[in-house]
Amino acid sequence: MIKEAFKAAFPHTVPVFAGLWFLGLAYGIYMNASGFSFVYPLLMAMFIYGGSLEFVAVTMLLSSFAPAQAFLMALVIQARHLFYGLSMLDRFRGMGWKKFCLIFGMCDETFSINYSAKIPDGVDRGWFMFAVTFLNYIYWVSGAALGGILGGLVHFDTDGLSFVMTAMFIVIFMDQWMKDRKHWTALIGLVCTILCRVVFTAESFMIPSMICILLCLTFLRKPIEREGGLS
Amino acid sequence: MTITQQIVTIALLALGTMITRFLPFLVFSGKRPTPAYVQYLGHALPSAVFAMLVVYCMKNVSLVSGTHGVPELIATLVTVGLHLWKRQMLISIAGGTVCYMLLRHLVF
Repeated sequence: MIKEAFKAAFPHTVPVFAGLWFLGLAYGIYMNASGFSFVYPLLMAMFIYGGSLEFVAVTMLLSSFAPAQAFLMALVIQARHLFYGLSMLDRFRGMGWKKFCLIFGMCDETFSINYSAKIPDGVDRGWFMFAVTFLNYIYWVSGAALGGILGGLVHFDTDGLSFVMTAMFIVIFMDQWMKDRKHWTALIGLVCTILCRVVFTAESFMIPSMICILLCLTFLRKPIEREGGLS
Repeated sequence: MTITQQIVTIALLALGTMITRFLPFLVFSGKRPTPAYVQYLGHALPSAVFAMLVVYCMKNVSLVSGTHGVPELIATLVTVGLHLWKRQMLISIAGGTVCYMLLRHLVF
């Protein structure tokens, strides 16, 4: 049962491997270049497990001690996970001990695959989601640790590889779009985020985007529910 | 920073992250029925969130400077085109990414 789940899950995680593993490697190298032992990227990858925050954390660790600011920063940068949790409330129900792992490892990529992947018949849903979560976690942690160990020894030209993540989210967005019969919520997400990116900076637009999406979904609940068509 | 201060900083970053991941599950545990509004959000959010993540990935693209977002636009169109044509996740993603890397190395 476990083997089948991993076999079914692996192809879905290949783009994440290409993206997260190299990004992890780059993060480890960055930590190394900033003067930290590989233990730092390893432990931070294991316990924080959130790419963008870990990059920001390097600067924090090099500045003076500011615990409250660090904690607030974590909440703000990671706030989008709240949306993932709300979307997964039903799907993680009755997963037993796996539920803890599924929530602990719910990064952008893992959430997107676990929410959208069509799980083949005969494959256990819990084990499939566990396999996706586990594989993605291993990619990131191993990349970060290896980068921290190798440090400045490696030079590779991965300019442009980061588009693999963008392409994965585009594909997942399209699959979801084709599953929905009505597209109001997708359009709300698109318009709110683009508008907020135009109005705010690249560093500060996510929280306004999330508030904007939440407000639109709340005020338009009646018409959206009347139209139906949400998958 | 001392080692202890570093450990505290990292622990707080981990704690903040885990709060954002676990909070919905702690607030809406299985014991009480989930409010209808939250259930509605659970169904309405994913499509909006996937759109948000696409924009999030492109957040550093500038339309007024550098390459004006042209390589991103072309690679996005290739990804979308391949996906409409083949409906094979890995082909669409690989095609779009290779296209983007080629554009970055050869054209822009």
